[in-house]
Amino acid sequence: MINITVNGQRHDIDADPNMPLLWVIRDILGLTGTKYGCGVAQCGACTVHLNGEAVRSCVTKINRAAGQSIVTIEGLSLNNNHPLQLAWNEMNVPQCGYCQSGQLMSAAVLLRENSSPTDQDIDDAMAGNICRCGTYQRIRAAIHKAAAMQTGGAKI
Amino acid sequence: METNTVSRRNFLKVSSLAGTALCLGFYFPANAKKEQLISAIAAEQSAFEFNAWIRIDTNGKVMLTDHRAEMGQGSYQSVPQIIAEELEVDMKDINVIFAQGDQTKYGSQITGGSSTIRGSYKKLLKLSATAREMLITAAANQWNVPASDCYAESGHVIYKPSGKKLNYGELVTAASKFTPPQEVKLKKTSEYKLIRKPLQRIDTPMKTNGEAIFGLDKRLPGMLFAVVERNPRLRGKLKSFDDSAALKVPGVKQVFKVQMIVFNTTRDGVVVVADSTWAAMQGRKALSVEWDDSGFDHVNTEDIYNAHQELLKTKDGLSFKKQGEPEEILAKAGKKIDVIYQTPYQSHSAMEPLNCIAHYQNEKIEIWGPIQAPDWVQGDISDKFKIPKEKVIVNMTFLGGGFGRKAFLDYTHEAVAISKQIGKPVQVVWTREDDLTQGPYRAGISYRGEGSIENGEISAVKFKMAGQNIDHWNGPARDKANGSTGEGFLTPYFDGIKNISFEDVPYEMPLPNMWWRSVYASTNGFAYESFMNEMAVLAGQDQLDFRRKYLKDERCQALIDKMEQVSGWKNRRKNEGFGVAITECFETTVGQIVKVSRHSDGKIKIDQVWAVMDCGWYVNPDIIKAQVEGSIVMALGAATIHEITFKDGLVEQKNFYAYLMPRMTDMPPVEVHIMENTSDAGGVGEPGLPPFAPALTDAIYDLTGNRIMKLPFNLNAV
Repeated sequence: MINITVNGQRHDIDADPNMPLLWVIRDILGLTGTKYGCGVAQCGACTVHLNGEAVRSCVTKINRAAGQSIVTIEGLSLNNNHPLQLAWNEMNVPQCGYCQSGQLMSAAVLLRENSSPTDQDIDDAMAGNICRCGTYQRIRAAIHKAAAMQTGGAKI
Repeated sequence: METNTVSRRNFLKVSSLAGTALCLGFYFPANAKKEQLISAIAAEQSAFEFNAWIRIDTNGKVMLTDHRAEMGQGSYQSVPQIIAEELEVDMKDINVIFAQGDQTKYGSQITGGSSTIRGSYKKLLKLSATAREMLITAAANQWNVPASDCYAESGHVIYKPSGKKLNYGELVTAASKFTPPQEVKLKKTSEYKLIRKPLQRIDTPMKTNGEAIFGLDKRLPGMLFAVVERNPRLRGKLKSFDDSAALKVPGVKQVFKVQMIVFNTTRDGVVVVADSTWAAMQGRKALSVEWDDSGFDHVNTEDIYNAHQELLKTKDGLSFKKQGEPEEILAKAGKKIDVIYQTPYQSHSAMEPLNCIAHYQNEKIEIWGPIQAPDWVQGDISDKFKIPKEKVIVNMTFLGGGFGRKAFLDYTHEAVAISKQIGKPVQVVWTREDDLTQGPYRAGISYRGEGSIENGEISAVKFKMAGQNIDHWNGPARDKANGSTGEGFLTPYFDGIKNISFEDVPYEMPLPNMWWRSVYASTNGFAYESFMNEMAVLAGQDQLDFRRKYLKDERCQALIDKMEQVSGWKNRRKNEGFGVAITECFETTVGQIVKVSRHSDGKIKIDQVWAVMDCGWYVNPDIIKAQVEGSIVMALGAATIHEITFKDGLVEQKNFYAYLMPRMTDMPPVEVHIMENTSDAGGVGEPGLPPFAPALTDAIYDLTGNRIMKLPFNLNAV
C-alpha cells in the first residue's frame, strides 16, 4: 500500500510502485481532469502539483509521491475561482480544452512564485506545455490578467 | 404492418414529450434535398423519424441538440448563440447535448469543411424563430389579444399595451399543439442582441476545472482498457507473437490478434486488454511480435520527393481547369518563371490521442468517443458488423482536438472488434507514439508553377501538382483530377487572369492519408500564393497592388484595403520584412501580412501577424479570432518546426521530442480583423491556416532576398 494525499484527501493505493502518478490519478482515483498527452514529459498535459511544485505526472512514479501531497486541477480552487480560472473564462482561453488543466497547473506555480510575471517569465514557465489549438497568446494575456486580479486583492 | 410498428414506437416516444414540452426539429425526407421543419405532434401523426433539435419544457428551460462535434472550434457556443437570438431566451437557460450519430435524424453530422455554422445557420434561425412565433401565438390566444400586439424577450411573451407577461414554460403545452407556421420573420443583422457579440464560451468553466469529459475520460461500469501493438509499417501482416510474458504482467487479462480496417486495407495488431491503461501498456512492452512486411513498399521520404520532381518535369497531369491558352503563351514568352515548391507530410497530433470505447452486446453496439463523424461511424459499424443501424449507438464526448483525424473510421472499428472478442466494454487507448506513427497523414505535395509577364501584366499561368491524393487513395476516381487541385486559390483570380491552367499529376503510394486542417488549401496555398508573390517581383510591382489588379471582386478589394490599413503596409521601414498572402477556403477569404526582422542575436523573428478574415455572416467574433490565432500557430508549426518523414517504411518521429510543436516561446503577436458585410456565412475553423506560410516566406524574401521554396524550413537558420 502506498499512501498519498490528493486534493486534501488521503488514499491508500494498491498498485505497482512504478506506476506513474498520472494513471493512479486517472484510472484508480477516477480524477480525469489530469490528461495523458505524450507519456514522456514533453507536453505538460499531465501537470499536477507535488508538494506545491509542478511535476509531469506521466513520468512521476507513485512511490516518489508516497506520503506526500498532490493537487490536481480538480483541487486548484473550491469553486473554479482561482484568479487563473477566472481569467481563463474571461479571456475565452480554451478551445478544445484538453491541455488546459496542465496549462493552469503550470501557470498556478508561476503566479504563486511571481506575482507580476513578465512575458519572458511566462515564456520560461509555460514553455513545457503544448497547446495544439494554439491558445498561447490568450494564455499569456490571461496570466497577466490573473496577476492583476491577484494583486488587486482577489483571493486565491 | 411495419409502418404501424414504427408509428407506434414513435408515438410512445413523442407522446412523452408532446403536451409537456414544445419540441421542434427537422424531418429529412429520403429523397429530398432540403429538410422540413416539423413539430413533435406532426411527426407523431405522420410516423416520421423525428428528433427534437430544440425542446422547451414547462420550466422554460431549453434543451438544444448540437448535431456537430465540439473539438475546439466552438459549436457548443455558436449553435446555442444562434438559437437564443431568434428564440429570445437567455444563454443561461439553454442546455446543450450532443446528438448521437444518425443521419436520418440530423442530416450530415461530419464536423469538417468548416461547415457547422455555414451549413446550418439559416435553418437554425428559422427553427428558433418558428418556436418563438408559436409561443407568441399561444400567449395571444390565452389573453385573447392580437399576436401582433405581443413580443418575446428573455424567455417571456409580453403584451405590449399593458406589459403583462407569461413565461415560455407556461405556454409550451398550448404551443406544442400548433402546426408550425410556414413563414416567419427573421431579424435583420442590425437587430441582433447576441449574434455578432463576443460572448464568453459556455464550455469554458468545465474546461478549467477538469469537469469536461473527453473520450479518454469516459468510464463505463466494468470497462477494461486496451492498447494495441500494430504493424509499424502502416500495412502488412502479423506472422507470430508470444504473449507469455505479457500475460504475467499484473492486471493484464487477455492478449489476441486484432485487425483494423484502414480504407480498403487491413492492418494487423496484437491487443493487450487489462484493468488499467498502465497495465495494458506494460503488457504491450512485454510482447514479442514478428511481422510479415512482404508486399509493403519500404518508403523513404527522399524517394517520394524525387518522384514528385520527376513527374512534374516529365508528365502532363489530369486537367482540373483551363482557360485561354497558357501553354502557347508560355512557350513564346520572354519574361517568365518556372519554379517548384515542396510541402511536407504532417500529422494531426491532436492533444488527445485517439481513443474509443466500444461495448459489443448481443444485437447492439454502443460507442463513446472523440468522434468527428458519428453518423459515418454508425453506418460503418453497421455495415462491418452486420447489425442494423438503429442498433449502433454512437455517443459523443468532447474532442481534445480533431483537425480531420477523428473523422476517420479505423480506430472506432478496431475498438468494436476488440469488444466483440472480449464481450465487455473496453476503452482502446492509442499512445502518443501510436498516434504519431500510424497515420493517416496530410500528404506532402509538390507543385510546379510557370508564369509569364508581358507589359507588367500576367500573360499566362500554369500550375501542376504532384502528390498523393485522398480521392485516389479512397476511391475509384483515378482518371479524374483531384477535385481539390484549385482549393486555396482565390476564385476571382479566374476573372483577372485570362490564360491559366491547373493540372494534377497522380502519384500513388501506399501511405494512408487524410484531411488535415484546411485540407488541400494547406499546401496549395503555399504554392499558389508564393507564386503570386514571385510574379509580383517579376513584374516589379508591390504585392498588394499586384493582387488588386487581378482580384477585381468587391469583397477582395475591401479585404486588401483593410490589410493595407491595419498593417501600415505603406509605411514600412527599412530593416523590416513584410510579406503577404490571401487564400480562399470553404467560402471564406483570409489575407495575412507577416512582419519579420533580424534581431541582435542574428535570428529572424516574427514581430507581428495581421489577419483579415471575410467569412460573411458570423456568430461570435471572439471565437473567430481564436480560430484564426490557432490556425496561425498550426501553420507556423507546419511551416517551420515539424514534418513527418519515412525511412525504410517507418515513420521517424515517434513523440513530441522528434515531432516538435510550436510552444509559448514561438508565439508571434497575432491581430485578427473580421470584415463586416451581408454575404452568406463561410467557414471559420480552417481558412485562417493557408495564407500564413506564404506570407511568412514572402516577408523573409522582403528582408533577405532569399525565397523559400520548401517547407518546413528552420527559421533560426535563415
